[in-house]
Amino acid sequence: MNLQKKTFPWHIVVFLAPAVIIYSMFSALPLLDTLRLGFYTSNDAGVHRFVGLANYHTILFDSDWSKAFWNAMLNNLKFFAIHMLLQNPIGLLLATLFSLKGLRGARTYRTLIFLPTLLSVVIIGFIWQLILSPLWGVGEGLMQHVGLGDYFAPWLGQESSALLTLGLISVWQYVGIPMMLIYAALLAVPEEVLEAAYAEGASSFRIFWQIKLPLILPTLGLVTILTFVANFNAFDLIYSVKGALAGPNYTTDILGTFFYRTFFGYQAQIGSPTMGAAVATLMFLVILLGVASYFYFVQRKLTRYEL
Amino acid sequence: MTSISSLSSAASSAPAPTPVPLFARSRFANLGRIWVHVVLCAYAVIALFPIALILINSVKSRDAIFDNPLAFPTPDSFSLIGFEKVLHNTNFMLYFGNSLVVTLGSLVLIVLFGAMAGWALSEYKFRGNRLMALYLALGIMIPIRLGTVSILQLVVSLDLINTRTALILVYTAQGLPLAVMILSEFIRQIPKELKDAARCDGVGEFKIFFQIILPLIRPAIATVAVFTMIPAWNDLWFPLILAPSDETKTVTLGVQQFIGQYVTDWNSVLAALSLAVIPILIMYVIFSRQLIRGLTSGAVK
Repeated sequence: MNLQKKTFPWHIVVFLAPAVIIYSMFSALPLLDTLRLGFYTSNDAGVHRFVGLANYHTILFDSDWSKAFWNAMLNNLKFFAIHMLLQNPIGLLLATLFSLKGLRGARTYRTLIFLPTLLSVVIIGFIWQLILSPLWGVGEGLMQHVGLGDYFAPWLGQESSALLTLGLISVWQYVGIPMMLIYAALLAVPEEVLEAAYAEGASSFRIFWQIKLPLILPTLGLVTILTFVANFNAFDLIYSVKGALAGPNYTTDILGTFFYRTFFGYQAQIGSPTMGAAVATLMFLVILLGVASYFYFVQRKLTRYEL
Repeated sequence: MTSISSLSSAASSAPAPTPVPLFARSRFANLGRIWVHVVLCAYAVIALFPIALILINSVKSRDAIFDNPLAFPTPDSFSLIGFEKVLHNTNFMLYFGNSLVVTLGSLVLIVLFGAMAGWALSEYKFRGNRLMALYLALGIMIPIRLGTVSILQLVVSLDLINTRTALILVYTAQGLPLAVMILSEFIRQIPKELKDAARCDGVGEFKIFFQIILPLIRPAIATVAVFTMIPAWNDLWFPLILAPSDETKTVTLGVQQFIGQYVTDWNSVLAALSLAVIPILIMYVIFSRQLIRGLTSGAVK
């Protein structure tokens, strides 16, 4: 025993090293370095100079920048709200229906409804763009079929509806994730509890509200925070449907597209890595704030329900 | 050996849907059941209709796409012109190859390195073990995209810009946290006796890992594989930034740029979309059981 303790455990190092090195080099350290770069400015030659909080001052107080930033932030909040109000309740409803005992074809439904989640957002965006385009008329034709043809409009192109439409497309695609997580949680609800409730004569509705729902609250919390992180990191859908300018007139601009434009530039504005880093840092802070408040305010209170 | 087989099946399969007799709760039970099917069917149609629409129309002539978009192709309207154009006039096959190399490359690294790290963290007691686990787990919640500015600089300085290697390394870094968590959780459930017996026989730690542990955690590896392949295959951000050259483009980026240029050629656009959808559909058919198992066995809690 003594001999073993004295030799250095090289095997542990060998087992850990590849993962730790790649993760550190391409994920953890770049993230820290990005936070650092936010305090610098770079000239045309790419030389960095420390400027303290100047970048943040520009983003938050320069009239053009702050308008764009808060617009993106507000749009991102709306985008998140659409997911919270639609995606997660629909996911909960579908999962509750699947998990009904003895339901035939539950597995088939589950598999089919989960499918869109796997496709690239780029593809999903284009598919809906085609369907909603007045040119092709599939969407319009379908609506005429049910007598709603007059209500059809090029929703993706209008300032008033573009963000909502993109939000709905995203909800349509990703509803499978909350659905599956909630379904897994519902499967874990102990059989005896439910049977006891049935034996007592409780209705299905009451069992759902008073037994199942409280028991799966931790999962609903997890779904919320996953939705939050995914939404505040979103980019692909807006970029592929609306381009880097997030039109019409920036009404679909979210933090991801704002970050991309700041970093790489567009039209007259020249991209800046250091300004981009500052925007990324602000996004990081928003996500960190969300995750931290989830752990401090929600997770702690929920654990007592865990089985 | 019974304990092992029961362990791996218990940990990998979703709780079996036991055919429990319906409770004779109320006479409305059957009526209620019909409504459940109506709702689920309706939603399944909503989920699949747009994808089916694209696939159906991609094999139709231009006129048929516009005249009757909802109809299935008939011998008259059937046409593969879109696919011919896309496959002949563009580098689509090359993009497929790139996506395949990038996805499989990162998959192999994630599984191998993730399992090694997961084994080290769950098997050995050493100082900083929990801290290391926490460090690796942080990446689950924090999107790697936020480090893009520095990743780009790093990739440029390593002279890896416009290479598939750059994408593989980034996706590996992105996938490792979840893989380590899932795999270490799984390795922890392997009975101690098995490893102790091997150690008594003087088998080295590496041999134990590669010859005993790795084959045992196959179900978990399949789960990790599905979870890491899909985001890598579908990603737009990093190919756009790290490898936008024509030789290294992935399918997702290729489709994105192709469609931007050929918006008016509907045959080609629909064919390009279908070409991008079909591999995932095939993958889904092969892996859907594993994916559902992974999700319902609590691998991502």
